Amino acid sequence: MDMIVCIKRVPDTAESDVKIDSSGRDIDHEGLAFTVNEADNYALEEALLIKEKLGGTVTLITMGGRESDDTIRMGLAKGADTAIRLDDPAFAESDGAATAKIIASAIKELQYDLILTGCMASDNGFTQVGPALAEILSIPHAAMVTKTELKENKVRASRELEGGLLEVLDIDLPAVLTIQTGINEPRYASIMGIAKASKKEIALKSMGDLGLNENEVGQKGSKTRIDKLSLPVQDKIAELIPGTPEEASEKLSGILKERGLV
Amino acid sequence: MKEIFVLIEHRQGKIRDVTFEMLTGANKLATSIDGNVTAVVCGSDVGGYVEKVAGWAHKIIAIDDSKLKDFNADAYQQVLVSLIQAHKPYLTLIAQSGFGSDLAPSLAVELDYPLATDCYDLQVDGGALVALRQMYGGKVNARVFFNDSPGIICTVRAASFPPEESNLTAEVIKTDSPLTEEMAYRQFVEYVEAAVGDVDITQADILVGVGRGIKDKDNIPMVQELADALGGVLACSRPIVDAGWLAKDRQVGSSGRTVKPKLYLAIGISGAFQHTAGMKAAETIIAVNKDGNAPIFGIADYGIVGDLMKVVPALKEKIKALKAS
Repeated sequence: MDMIVCIKRVPDTAESDVKIDSSGRDIDHEGLAFTVNEADNYALEEALLIKEKLGGTVTLITMGGRESDDTIRMGLAKGADTAIRLDDPAFAESDGAATAKIIASAIKELQYDLILTGCMASDNGFTQVGPALAEILSIPHAAMVTKTELKENKVRASRELEGGLLEVLDIDLPAVLTIQTGINEPRYASIMGIAKASKKEIALKSMGDLGLNENEVGQKGSKTRIDKLSLPVQDKIAELIPGTPEEASEKLSGILKERGLV
Repeated sequence: MKEIFVLIEHRQGKIRDVTFEMLTGANKLATSIDGNVTAVVCGSDVGGYVEKVAGWAHKIIAIDDSKLKDFNADAYQQVLVSLIQAHKPYLTLIAQSGFGSDLAPSLAVELDYPLATDCYDLQVDGGALVALRQMYGGKVNARVFFNDSPGIICTVRAASFPPEESNLTAEVIKTDSPLTEEMAYRQFVEYVEAAVGDVDITQADILVGVGRGIKDKDNIPMVQELADALGGVLACSRPIVDAGWLAKDRQVGSSGRTVKPKLYLAIGISGAFQHTAGMKAAETIIAVNKDGNAPIFGIADYGIVGDLMKVVPALKEKIKALKAS
């Protein structure tokens, strides 16, 4: 089973303050820690589990600059076999569809049975690249997958719907599956894995290498443009209870009592 | 006259609420762009669906085909491509849902139309459509601008438009299904209901929800003790279930349970949309989070900005003392 896993390096904003940068088109990256996109990490683990069970190879693909190499090496350390990084200044500010086009250009040269991506990137939240990629490659797809079962030339995928209902379907391979968080338990890289990975070569592809021109990528190649980022203004703001944990808890328990909740 | 298509979303024979919300949003937008709203109803035996949306759109395109009975991204994509190419609507709205997110991105590529996903509002700016959506887990709002294109596709976030029926009587246009064969390479097998666990959090008056901010599985018992002191039930956000720290039946949110308790105490929960969608109807919401800008404080009644490792035990003691007195 030859598999491709698309991974992305994203800022970890779950517990940080964010600030809009001077362009108004993204947040300020200063002081933020970066990590592999969570859903992509689950996608990688799913590929590694399938590889352990059925044999095969796992190739990582990332669109990003040199700083993405850390993320890629972590993936190699966990057990991916090869990696390709797609890097070109012209790729900057590509929208979801343009990103899918760039990744598809790299993938179409490769032999694969299954492509896994995370269902959503935690930075832009598009949930777009996986299904768009499938369409460009003319292969079937399923999004929001929480369980995979490989069968002869097919995969039985369970998709997660609202309220926890699962939609089970059979899809012919090759296919793209976008993976939901929680599908498995991602492993940590071993020391030996990290050592081996540091020696592996990461193939680099530029716009020219992929046979693309500047009208197909970046802002020029995008039909949508994100701009005028702003911090949400809360319509209603919670009454914040000041003081030390002791003092605030005291006041809060009083409020709960007044409301008949204690 | 600009036409706005709204894809009716149904599941297991019922139209989902997001459909009426989208129709409301479409009608609202239609007034700013000299537009009309067309509900696209695909399914098997669609008479019931058509009746339900008749008051919400100017026109209904109804396609009855047993192959459309259950959602299938490939089948629905084929139908929509055929309809969109025939009618050339200015805008097509699809829900940002398990179904919609499987369909819209590939549909947009096939049509070569721009796509904005998970939009919470649609506005007109200088005569052009602008879609509003969020990024970074709800911490940032963004405006999406579209290049000139024969049409635009947007997926719409649930609960963005409070549903309001228009005083319309839709003209129903029955259209033949363009599908000629079963979808060979993608077959629907079955639906599987979420497993019923030991706990039914939808029945609890008091819920204490724990989120990512708890950082470690070993910190959860402390929150359980607070829940016990309050006489409430422990619940959680998705990351806690993903990590395997609590069972899925305790998950509050769009892919978990929707709850309406008298009190929801959110501990270390940032308040991303997928979670708040499941609990914002609680009567009283209290949040404890170390980030004063966390979106949860936008829906909470009261909040404590602080270290939950200190606040939770302190609160437990105060509650116990109150109950003892």
